[in-house]
Amino acid sequence: MTAPIAGGVDCDLHPAVPHLTSLLPYMNDYWRDQVTTRGMTDLLSQSYPTNSPITGRADWRPAKGKPGESVDDLVKQALDPFKTAFGILNPLYGVQLVFSEDMADAFCRALNDWLVKEWLDKDARLRGSIVIPVQSVEKSVVEIERCAKDKRFVQVLMLVSGDMPLGKRHYWPIYATCERLGLPVGVHAGSNYHNPPTSVGWGSYHIEDYVAQAQAFQTQMTSLIVEGVFAKHPNLKMVMLESGFTWLPSYLWRLHKFWRGVRMETPWVDRPPAEIVRSNIRFSLQPVDAPSEPETLNRLFDQLQSDELLLFSTDYPHWQFDGESALPEGLSAGLVHKIMIDNPHATYARLTDSVAKETTP
Amino acid sequence: MNMQFRSGAQQDSASAIKTAIADCDIHPARATPSELYPFLAKRWHEHLATYGKHAYQGMMEGPPYPKAQPNASRRDAYPPKGGPQGSSLSFMQKQLLDPHNVALGVLNPLNTGQGIRNHDLSAALATAINDWQIEKWTSKDSRLKGSIVVENEDGPTAAAEIRKRAGDRNFVQVLLLSRNVEPLGQRRYWPIYEAAQEAGLPVGVHAFGFGGNPITASGWPSYYIEEMVGHSQCQQTALASIVLEGVLEKFPKLKMVMIEAGFGWAPSLAWRLDKVWAKLRSEVPHVKRPPSEYIKDNIWWTTQPMEDPERREHLFQVIEWVGWDKLLFATDYPHWDFDEPSRVLRPGVSDANREAFYLGNAKKLYGV
Repeated sequence: MTAPIAGGVDCDLHPAVPHLTSLLPYMNDYWRDQVTTRGMTDLLSQSYPTNSPITGRADWRPAKGKPGESVDDLVKQALDPFKTAFGILNPLYGVQLVFSEDMADAFCRALNDWLVKEWLDKDARLRGSIVIPVQSVEKSVVEIERCAKDKRFVQVLMLVSGDMPLGKRHYWPIYATCERLGLPVGVHAGSNYHNPPTSVGWGSYHIEDYVAQAQAFQTQMTSLIVEGVFAKHPNLKMVMLESGFTWLPSYLWRLHKFWRGVRMETPWVDRPPAEIVRSNIRFSLQPVDAPSEPETLNRLFDQLQSDELLLFSTDYPHWQFDGESALPEGLSAGLVHKIMIDNPHATYARLTDSVAKETTP
Repeated sequence: MNMQFRSGAQQDSASAIKTAIADCDIHPARATPSELYPFLAKRWHEHLATYGKHAYQGMMEGPPYPKAQPNASRRDAYPPKGGPQGSSLSFMQKQLLDPHNVALGVLNPLNTGQGIRNHDLSAALATAINDWQIEKWTSKDSRLKGSIVVENEDGPTAAAEIRKRAGDRNFVQVLLLSRNVEPLGQRRYWPIYEAAQEAGLPVGVHAFGFGGNPITASGWPSYYIEEMVGHSQCQQTALASIVLEGVLEKFPKLKMVMIEAGFGWAPSLAWRLDKVWAKLRSEVPHVKRPPSEYIKDNIWWTTQPMEDPERREHLFQVIEWVGWDKLLFATDYPHWDFDEPSRVLRPGVSDANREAFYLGNAKKLYGV
């Protein structure tokens, strides 16, 4: 195994909301009443069934409750073993699945406030992602601006599959806000299930939904690139989380070929897609969808033609690797430093903002 | 490569094709819509004139994403005597089959009876297009072989059409499209696979089609390029479905051809499948082997549009995984993104692999 180095940034950690009732203290009277009167159940997404092997690594599962429910466990199991300096929390609670934008808004606000109180306030290494009610761009912008005042929020979080492709102009005010506030947009695996979970319809099995995340990321990258999001917002960074990355080289070969052929359709895309990816898009390390022998992976790194694309992640508590082998075999020391420290700090400008603030009198 | 935009400076003649080749993706077209009428019952002539095809998409005519060229085809492929590109045998012979020394050309008719909501009409059009392939193409030029078009959403009807054509050497495969009402591994399509395996015919899955599902898991995108690139993601998901639903476990002799969807993604998809299957196999006990094994054993790939990395060794790395014995050369004639045979395979390939790529694999798979 490749040894991790101290002081790294773990860019994909998943704190679990124990139950919808855990968010009640963070809702106003109206929404508290709605949740209780209507008998609303826990917002569990099909994307991560609590007991699915992938949702929680066996040795990371608590005796009871959901994997990722306890700050102490996360610190002990994910931060300490890797000597992590900063850990970015990406809550995957099913608040985006509801259909009412008002309800989504109330739940997102509660979730973000819950994250501050129950997590960020408990360990100085933790950083947060702002979960937004994506159906309403207006409400999303308000929520981003509200949360961004707390410098410990370092990113805005969206799911890879939602109502519309992410490049659509509809979403651009969100991107403008993120660019202005120095917040990367993290796009995480998962769907709000407002569309079939694959581009060819509904499969029979959970495993099909999970495999299809990689294809969902590919279509979203196409959308973001060809709609011109990065031409309009050149300083916007996007991070693909739990996306896998071994599909990236062949995906870009195809996109490049068609871009050369039909670029007259989207003339604002004035740079080759691979160049746009290298300047604006990053990927979390886990899962590494490749065989474990180092030659294959190093061939892939060669095909990527960049050592700046990957950001260290354990994907805790999801089961992507065993023991402490979060870094695949055969990475050079230089690449490990890039992946664990340099690349995350270059991506998340706000990571150290709150630290600086604390030391300023 | 784009025949309109490609400049002379980029061409290289180092590897001009002198030997015979197979072209495993040719699209024959009707000169006029009524060209099919002799093969269709009268009631359908009237039905089509009154109601049209009632497809799983909104446009009565033409595709929802306007193509980059008329009929997505080369502007130099219009037959001199009129009609759309790909509608004249003599011009196809002159422009494609003769100059490129095509010994075997596999016809994949598009815009047929697939992706239509009226299932009786779909079945009638499928039968008609098959009769038309014999009448207009395969009986007139023995280099050309047809694909059995079937009513894709009605398994038993499709199976009956396959059994009717089984043993007819005008046809070398069954044709499906990648996008259907459900992912292709679903049980509703199994009668098709059963009949194809029984007839010893490969099932070709060509990129494209309409089944009512948006072409991304996030709904409909804006541009034609997103549809073009998106076919590859649809194909990946369709193949994952075929493996994970157990089609290749149930029909182990079934051979499938992924047509016009690329193959560069094959290794990464297989690696992902293997890795996830190792953790979630208790959900799919019918998938008995690592998914990559089914893919390596049962899947063939047409080459066009060939992935085109800056450095050719990157492509060869992918081909090493896919297997030089699994690739079938295709041009996609008369479409605009035609891959020119003499330029596709850059230097540095052994003679044996070159022969397999251009001709040998196709002859073996299609038994021609």
